[in-house]
Amino acid sequence: MTLVREHVKVPDIANCDDRPVLRERGQHEVFCGLTGIMWLHRKIQDAFFLIVGSRTCAHLMQSAAGVMIFAEPRFGTAIMEERDLAGLADMNDELDAVVDKLLKRRPDIRLLFLVGSCPSEVIKLDLSRAAQRLSRTHSPDVRILNYSGSGIETTFTQGEDACLASLVPTLPPEPDNAPASLMVVGALADVVEDQFARLFDQLGIGPVRFLPARLADDMPSVGPNTLVLLAQPFLTDTVQALEKRGATLLQAPFPLGAQGTTAWLKVAADAFGVDQATFDNVTDKPRQRAQRAVALHHEQLSGKKVFFFPDSQLEIPLARFLGEELDMVATEVGTPYLDKRLMAPELNALPSQIDVSEGQDVDLQLNRCREERPDIAVCGLGLANPLEVEGITTKWSIELVFTPIQGYEQAGDLAELFARPLNRRTRLEV
Amino acid sequence: MQLTIWTYEGPPHVGAMRIATAMTDMHYVLHAPQGDTYADLLFTMIERRKKRPPVTYTTFQARDLGGDTSELFMDAARQAHEMFDPAAMIVGASCTGELIQDDPGGLSKTMGLPIPVIPVELPSYSKKENWGASETFYQIVRSLAPYGQDIETEPGAKPSCNILGPTALGFRHRDDVTEIVRLLEDLGIHVNVVAPLDAETRDILELRHADFNVVLYPEIANTAAQWLKRTYRQPFTKTVPIGVGATKDFIREIAEFAGLNAEDLLERAESRLPWYSRSIDSTYLTGKRVFLFGDATHVIAMARVAEKEMGFKVVGMGTYSREFARDLRDAAKLYDVEPLITDDYLEVEEQIQALQPELVLGTQMERHIAKRLGIPCAVISAPVHVQDYPARYSPQMGFEGANVLFDTLVHPLTMGLEEHLLNMFRDDFEFNDAAGPSHLGHAAVSLAAAQNQEDNEDAPEQAAPAGGADIIWLNDAEKELKKIPFFVRGKARRNTEKFAAEHGLAEISMETLYEAKSHFSR
Repeated sequence: MTLVREHVKVPDIANCDDRPVLRERGQHEVFCGLTGIMWLHRKIQDAFFLIVGSRTCAHLMQSAAGVMIFAEPRFGTAIMEERDLAGLADMNDELDAVVDKLLKRRPDIRLLFLVGSCPSEVIKLDLSRAAQRLSRTHSPDVRILNYSGSGIETTFTQGEDACLASLVPTLPPEPDNAPASLMVVGALADVVEDQFARLFDQLGIGPVRFLPARLADDMPSVGPNTLVLLAQPFLTDTVQALEKRGATLLQAPFPLGAQGTTAWLKVAADAFGVDQATFDNVTDKPRQRAQRAVALHHEQLSGKKVFFFPDSQLEIPLARFLGEELDMVATEVGTPYLDKRLMAPELNALPSQIDVSEGQDVDLQLNRCREERPDIAVCGLGLANPLEVEGITTKWSIELVFTPIQGYEQAGDLAELFARPLNRRTRLEV
Repeated sequence: MQLTIWTYEGPPHVGAMRIATAMTDMHYVLHAPQGDTYADLLFTMIERRKKRPPVTYTTFQARDLGGDTSELFMDAARQAHEMFDPAAMIVGASCTGELIQDDPGGLSKTMGLPIPVIPVELPSYSKKENWGASETFYQIVRSLAPYGQDIETEPGAKPSCNILGPTALGFRHRDDVTEIVRLLEDLGIHVNVVAPLDAETRDILELRHADFNVVLYPEIANTAAQWLKRTYRQPFTKTVPIGVGATKDFIREIAEFAGLNAEDLLERAESRLPWYSRSIDSTYLTGKRVFLFGDATHVIAMARVAEKEMGFKVVGMGTYSREFARDLRDAAKLYDVEPLITDDYLEVEEQIQALQPELVLGTQMERHIAKRLGIPCAVISAPVHVQDYPARYSPQMGFEGANVLFDTLVHPLTMGLEEHLLNMFRDDFEFNDAAGPSHLGHAAVSLAAAQNQEDNEDAPEQAAPAGGADIIWLNDAEKELKKIPFFVRGKARRNTEKFAAEHGLAEISMETLYEAKSHFSR
């Protein structure tokens, strides 16, 4: 039954340009997928993330957060010990006991993720079976899912992809004859989500649902008339899982900056047959507001060279935004991995002279960065201070993940994140 | 399997990183996946070091596991040697590296690198950060020190010592070393080598030339010091010079090793702490109830400072350093308190809640617990965060360290006169105990947090019907109870109920409240 879908225009998946990509395979200086829990555990308010791993995993979680969180976090680590590694049967019992203890302590939890780590993957601890077993014990109060955030399989934001992909098979089915609906996928700050919901509403697009939802029981349904619009660029597996459930991907650039946000909304508007006049009517004002806010930083940033170390997968969309709206020049855009299909609209908008690199050999890349002497380098926390000491201004990439940057109302804030470190340099006289 | 929300110590390879990073020309090749590179930020962001730690991670991935990960390790080691040209290397595996059993030590032996390569095997699933630091330092000392040359001591040469234990990412290690070097030089003692902090690999070969060793941080240097004692007959210090009394004991210990007369120095070297403590404005510190938690060294030393030098009362103490549990138990006996040996943050929180101290001396975890419970807190031990690496000179050790400690311990508290006024006019809307000390601004404790604290206090009583559930609080007594400072209110409530129960009273009136107060008053 594709009756309703006939009214929905879905653009073809474009192939991206054939620019040469520098592929490197050396030391990677990036977080593992566990770090996604930092924002996911706040986003889904009745979910708990239990890492099954080592003391290193627990230490990473409290160190990477930068500061410890005032309220008790909704994540924890089941630390494997020597005696657990002695025999697997024992380990399952141990895990059951930890989950029991945890759920007794937190009766408000409705959704529990067992999160695999490097050590649990290497010893092939079967967390999907554990999740099924524990689900039987704890249903219907708590649903238990599993995914891997291990650093041997995932980098940084890929952890969110793995988490959302694990949710997809549990989403309620939508009937074949349901009207077309829009699913916006990728964790967004609540304020940004609300802004987008209002814009879609004004455009007459609906129903619009967000994945992940703020509560476990509010996760959106999915079916053959679900159109998927990605709010984040790192969702390869989630998209595949949604497609398996019959959903269709709307290929779009990502909603960063005034132009990125407009193009992103436009893809949805076209798919739902929104006419140009309505579209302009709804988006003109916020777009102009965004342009004005971004323009405030234009003088300071235009012509400045920016170098991206691979980290969050946001590098390519950010480079596009900085070039398109602030006339900054990206000298190298590093990305942990390149999904050409999801990134096609972004790559097509990125001037061809810009070097894209995939993977990393951190020492070689540092040497390239030193040679380029960029005005600003976007990099992880481990590299930032040493680069500052060498006279290279930096922007921590993790801040770009932890700050609301998507959409019209945040475009100015996004520009300001790049202006601030440069601004600071000019203020200091010591 | 242990459920952990926060952990006091990192994994043992982070301990090894602290040693490698402390030294100037050592490199660490670590067989580890990419996620483990997070540890770099501990040094570059939290400690604000200007260089990346000298660590090469092999960053193997899942797809490498079927193939030859040992080749990957050897490539990384070879490249690290070429690129960084270290004087020596340590090699090992992180928790995941340990599982794939590539034996970095054995592999590196076959490579024939032209520098000393020291394998450090750190069992990640049973040991932790301080143990890893200690083991790594010991392995480095044991492997390199024997290559030193014996030299003739010149007649009339000054007595000499090594200072062992300070590392990268240590709590105030930088300033402690400065302070103790100064103190030793004042005593006429030559400091031969400080290690591992700022030591060159070469310096390890010189260790044998000292007459004795000063162990600043037993958690890190005891094992190496014991080996040096066995091998080169160098005695080592047992006193950690934190506080005035301990610093004086330390000087006496040193003087004995060096055959010097320390009385002169003991006479003239004086901290301001003793006078500040005797100054009458400090009267209000008398008997303040203190709970301590942290590494064993700092907790044991600070308990002595708190009780003997500040006039506080130690009501509880504990450590996460299981290796030093016995020392802590011995110390706890001195203050007649139950020792708490645990690395479970929730257990520590429970203990603090039960003891209701007026001041917590702990780590960054206890700072969070104390903040939530509205109890003043000072950080005295690792783990610490960026704000505990102050820009100013701020040692914990020696006489200047004692000055710093006086300030550290007094700063979070409400001052004497302010405390009196708070007690006299409890209903003042902007000047009340829940608002926190006035010199700390308005950030300290919100009323909501104080309210939470009260709720928390009430909860266990409702849950325990045996306690005093059938005893009724009359309205005026309940109101009067609210006028007692909130951090001791729970204790007052329990005492009053206990008093009522013991006297067979079914109701608590205002009279009962004051009867109980006089009954339990010290």
